[in-house]
Amino acid sequence: MTKIVVLVKEVPDAAVQKQVDSSTGRLDRSGEKTLNPFDTHAIEAALQLKESGALDVDEVVAVTVGPSSAVKALHKAVSLGADRSIHLTDDALVGSDVVGTGYALAELIKRESPDLVLAGQQSDDGQSYAVGAAVAEYLGWPGLTQVIKLDVDGQTLTCERQAEYGYDTVKVTLPAVISVGDAINEPRYPSLKAIMGAKKKPLESLSLGDAEIDASKVGEAGRKAVWTGSQEPPAKAAGELIEDEDTAETVEKIVAWLDDRKLI
Amino acid sequence: MDLDLPDDALELRKVVRDFAVQEVAPVAEELDRTKAFPYELVAKMGELGWMGIPFPEEVGGAGGTTLQYAVAVEELTRIDSSVAITMCAHTSLGTQPIWLFGDDAQKAEYLPDLCAGKKLGAFGLTEPEAGSDAGALKTRASLDGGTWTIDGSKQFITNAGTDISGHVAITAITGETTDAKGRTRPEISNLIVPNGTPGYEIGEPYRKMGWNASDTRPLSFSGAEVPEAHLLGPRGQGFKQFMRILDGGRIGVAAMGLGLAQGALDEAAAYAKSRNAFGGPIARFGQIQAKIADMATEIEAARLLVYRAAALKDAGRDFSLTAAQAKLKTGRLAVKASEEAVQIHGGYGYIEEYPVCRFYRDAKILTIGEGTDEVQQMVISRAVLA
Repeated sequence: MTKIVVLVKEVPDAAVQKQVDSSTGRLDRSGEKTLNPFDTHAIEAALQLKESGALDVDEVVAVTVGPSSAVKALHKAVSLGADRSIHLTDDALVGSDVVGTGYALAELIKRESPDLVLAGQQSDDGQSYAVGAAVAEYLGWPGLTQVIKLDVDGQTLTCERQAEYGYDTVKVTLPAVISVGDAINEPRYPSLKAIMGAKKKPLESLSLGDAEIDASKVGEAGRKAVWTGSQEPPAKAAGELIEDEDTAETVEKIVAWLDDRKLI
Repeated sequence: MDLDLPDDALELRKVVRDFAVQEVAPVAEELDRTKAFPYELVAKMGELGWMGIPFPEEVGGAGGTTLQYAVAVEELTRIDSSVAITMCAHTSLGTQPIWLFGDDAQKAEYLPDLCAGKKLGAFGLTEPEAGSDAGALKTRASLDGGTWTIDGSKQFITNAGTDISGHVAITAITGETTDAKGRTRPEISNLIVPNGTPGYEIGEPYRKMGWNASDTRPLSFSGAEVPEAHLLGPRGQGFKQFMRILDGGRIGVAAMGLGLAQGALDEAAAYAKSRNAFGGPIARFGQIQAKIADMATEIEAARLLVYRAAALKDAGRDFSLTAAQAKLKTGRLAVKASEEAVQIHGGYGYIEEYPVCRFYRDAKILTIGEGTDEVQQMVISRAVLA
């Protein structure tokens, strides 16, 4: 039997304007919140592995680290089909950086000892793209990112991942941590029954102490990355506009422009 | 006093919104232009439980509330009225009569497929010369040897003529009765007529101003026979029954007016911010701002009225007056808001380049269907002047 953990996160709704609070150096996450849309692809991937029978999945567990409001993101995750959820919430977690969050998640995952961990490619707020990799590092498991195709053969997964230059095909043996690209699937909509039944599915709420997580490695205490300031990217010099009045003349102008810069 | 929607209704709103934007919006223009019934969307909505929201799980429904139903109708109409009325009429008019008045055998036979959206149900009250004036009904049914024989016609009936339409519940005169004052009155009863019944003819779809992708047809009955057991509810209770159905149906249609007005505002605001004239976006003009502000304010007021009507129904309280008020308010608002949205779009609003043209055509029926504004005024004034 196989157990899949899906990492999820509560993020500000896409319509909310996001900015850094300069007094804390952290992202201002006030306003309407939602389940990170990229995570719905990871949940869908887990469900497809279960429903297709590709893996003999007996349980899909959604796991999050976040404030008390993150319960709603877990409700959404189970309404989409996860069987139960785990919520690590503790004031000492506030201000955790990517590595601290990865450590805390890895500790939660060890408690569950799953065969596969799935994550979305990025969060819609912090956008580090790196939490999945940090979790894999802490677990000492293989980690793959931007996976858009998963083929199962026993305990071996053949994964296609998006790369800058094309696609990599990578074989990995379970257990593994895989963050999926949003091209991997079309997430389903939760049925009304599933929405209403979400609060009835088991939700385990843990503090750092409950999960035996070292508080010095997370939050403000453990963070190594600190936001110190930000600035607009330098403005680009205005381009040159060539009006196309006489096409022969326009072509000449473009050729001359390229020639000046030794581009042709 | 809590004026916020419950969590499950809020979550449903988000999901229906996503569905409407991702699945309905890309096909809405084509469905309207080609007058094509949205079979695929109905099937998807059925899988999600939206074709039977307020009915209990025991009969195949989603086990939800009228408030959830209203929110779902609102969000669908915000994008497309044809898809919304298909779901709305199916729920309020097609399924509701069987749920409210059906006996156990009728419920068991019809409700599971209706709630799953595998079959569509229709309600046949309106006739060429009778609608809200039920005393003028002409369709007759007579019982002889355990069989009802039906003769007459119905018109403007929604969802009766699709490939998945399963039945129509019609009102018919089944005899004569004497009222409390000793006057002779027609006895009105409701009967279930399955599609495919010999003598039950479904006419060609109407050429309508709007709601082009929804199914609306005239029906005729010439010696159509159904078994005695197809009587829906007690004989002679047809008038009371359809009044109750229309009361509830008004909440759905009111949610449509609300959603259409919100959709018109969404489009108008987006256009006003992106359309430039006299050196900048037209949203910087006070005249445009005033229209947007008035629309937003009226919509918010109407929303409270619609949700109030739904919440009263869910609480088992008398909702007739509030539902009529919500219907009157939102029908007018949909017409006004879509007109203003077209005005803000200028010439582009008069062509089918933007959705507001469709919204404007779809809006007018909302001051007519499920009881005209004038009928709502009768209902409301009777309650106030009583």
